Amino acid sequence: MEQILANGLYLGAQYALIALGLTLIFSLMNVLNFAHGQMYVFGGFVTYTVVAQLGLPFIVGLIASAVVLAVMGALIEKFLFRPVIRKSKRDESTMLLAAGIAFFLDAVILLLFGEKQRGVPKIVNGVLNWDMRIIMPYDRILIAVLAVALIVGFILFMQYSRTGRAMRALAQDRMAAQLMGVDVDRYSMIGFALGAMLAGLVGGLLVTITGINLGMGGPTSVKAFLMIMIGGAGVISGAIAGGFILGMMESVGLTVLAAYGDITYLVIFASLMVFLAIRPQGLMGKPWG
Amino acid sequence: MSTTRLAGVLAFLLGVFVLVPLFINLTGRWDFYYTLTSVALLSVAAAGVWLTFYIGRINIGQGAYALTGGYVSAILITQYGVSFWLTLPLAGLFCAAVSVLIGLPILRLRGVYFAMVTLVLTEVARLTALALPVTNGAKGITSIPLPGELSLFGLTIIPDFSTLGNPKLAFYLMATVLMVLTYLVLWRIVNSRLGHLCRSLQQNEELSASIGVNTAMLRVLAYAISSFFGGLAGAIFVAISQSIYPSSFVVQDSVNFMLYCFLGGLGYVFGPMLGTLLLYFGWDLLSIAKEYQLLIYSGALIALMLVLPNGVLSLLDKKGGRK
Repeated sequence: MEQILANGLYLGAQYALIALGLTLIFSLMNVLNFAHGQMYVFGGFVTYTVVAQLGLPFIVGLIASAVVLAVMGALIEKFLFRPVIRKSKRDESTMLLAAGIAFFLDAVILLLFGEKQRGVPKIVNGVLNWDMRIIMPYDRILIAVLAVALIVGFILFMQYSRTGRAMRALAQDRMAAQLMGVDVDRYSMIGFALGAMLAGLVGGLLVTITGINLGMGGPTSVKAFLMIMIGGAGVISGAIAGGFILGMMESVGLTVLAAYGDITYLVIFASLMVFLAIRPQGLMGKPWG
Repeated sequence: MSTTRLAGVLAFLLGVFVLVPLFINLTGRWDFYYTLTSVALLSVAAAGVWLTFYIGRINIGQGAYALTGGYVSAILITQYGVSFWLTLPLAGLFCAAVSVLIGLPILRLRGVYFAMVTLVLTEVARLTALALPVTNGAKGITSIPLPGELSLFGLTIIPDFSTLGNPKLAFYLMATVLMVLTYLVLWRIVNSRLGHLCRSLQQNEELSASIGVNTAMLRVLAYAISSFFGGLAGAIFVAISQSIYPSSFVVQDSVNFMLYCFLGGLGYVFGPMLGTLLLYFGWDLLSIAKEYQLLIYSGALIALMLVLPNGVLSLLDKKGGRK
């Protein structure tokens, strides 16, 4: 049982970090970023290139993927999303754009990094063995701790920095924020860059454990959507809750339901639909986000 | 106005049923039949997605109904020996019935919430197909016989496909006839009382409910019609490929259906048809670019979005100013 809980917490920390980026972009710009999974994969490949091919330390790779993805996110917002949002009649048009970007990133990843599964050597060796009750490699623990630290850092940044306050104002009411003198364009760009950066960071963290390959983008996006649906779209606490809940459900489900075959995700999806029928806005979302 | 529209429709029918087969006969590119059949069928499913857009919901779950329809048809044919032509409406009706059950709770959701639930629905359909015994799991159902003869009072209307020298042409004709019928129905719906009510839902659901429109019934109805189209298209796809697997329709397909609608233009009945043709045919033609295929395709998609964010058919707006 302790093992299941530990696995759940470990998965949840990563999931929450992925969901945070997605929910940040959604709350600021009302854009459902289909390309989030691809950004995550891209981040993983950047870290792989820096660490495994250039032979630099892991932390450099992590920073590199954060920087690359932040720049990419800023450029995507400025040159793609902003003009389309301004010109289009319906908000949903941005979804086509996001899906197009997802395809584009897939193509770029394929051309730059190839289709092989890639990984970097373990950063810490050894396995924690607590009385045979919890067995977990040290590198997983390190990654989970780093993920939690990043989440805490992100929350502090959003709560107390000037930029964070501006972005929260923007998420609450775009028009009012603009009237109060918030530079809407600038903070949308920063927000998008930050969201993309989080995706890149998770990619960089996970490449040390699960490795990375081209096909991981789509399923990651779907999982991230699940998490922000559980927690409520556009709410930061909701994204964190959703991430940990999904991580727990997956960990418990894989153990308990293993006897019945591969139906964990079927059960998760089915219960999610029942849950959403009762509470459409998720745990903490505002109605009709 | 109506004569030009009539001429347009006639030209379209002439092109689809006479010029395209003629062109293929002359050039000998028989593979185009397969591509164009797929375009016709995908545009039938996309028509359904478009109808849900019309009531203001983003539907990324059409793949689930295409898969369901395909399985219903395949199971009825292989295990109960039902004629393909009978399974076609049955597949559609089954999907419509399922969509009513699913739609009643989830159609209360709006915006991205509905979009994400429908996206998950496609995964649910795939996983259900993997888990159920009747669908034969990951092995799928294979070697499904070609559509048999359809006769009425001893009079053969459609001959047995396996006796035909060229089933590709037969499938092409079947798919395009279905496509024309679908868009006729869609056009009729949009230009009827039901269409006006749907538009009122798209603009403001609370307001239309407050003046006495039964919004709950209406959106379930629109969703059921949409799923009917999805099931129909899925059933024919199965007949063409003579096999179905849980991965026959995946999330990617559902997203594609949505893209077809966006690209053609959400405000135009024939938008999804044009969108399907451009995207699917374009993808096929780009296969000469080999490893740069996806790069060029997605680049064109993004560029098109930047230039025409309201769909290709919005070009008509600038010229004529009519809808």
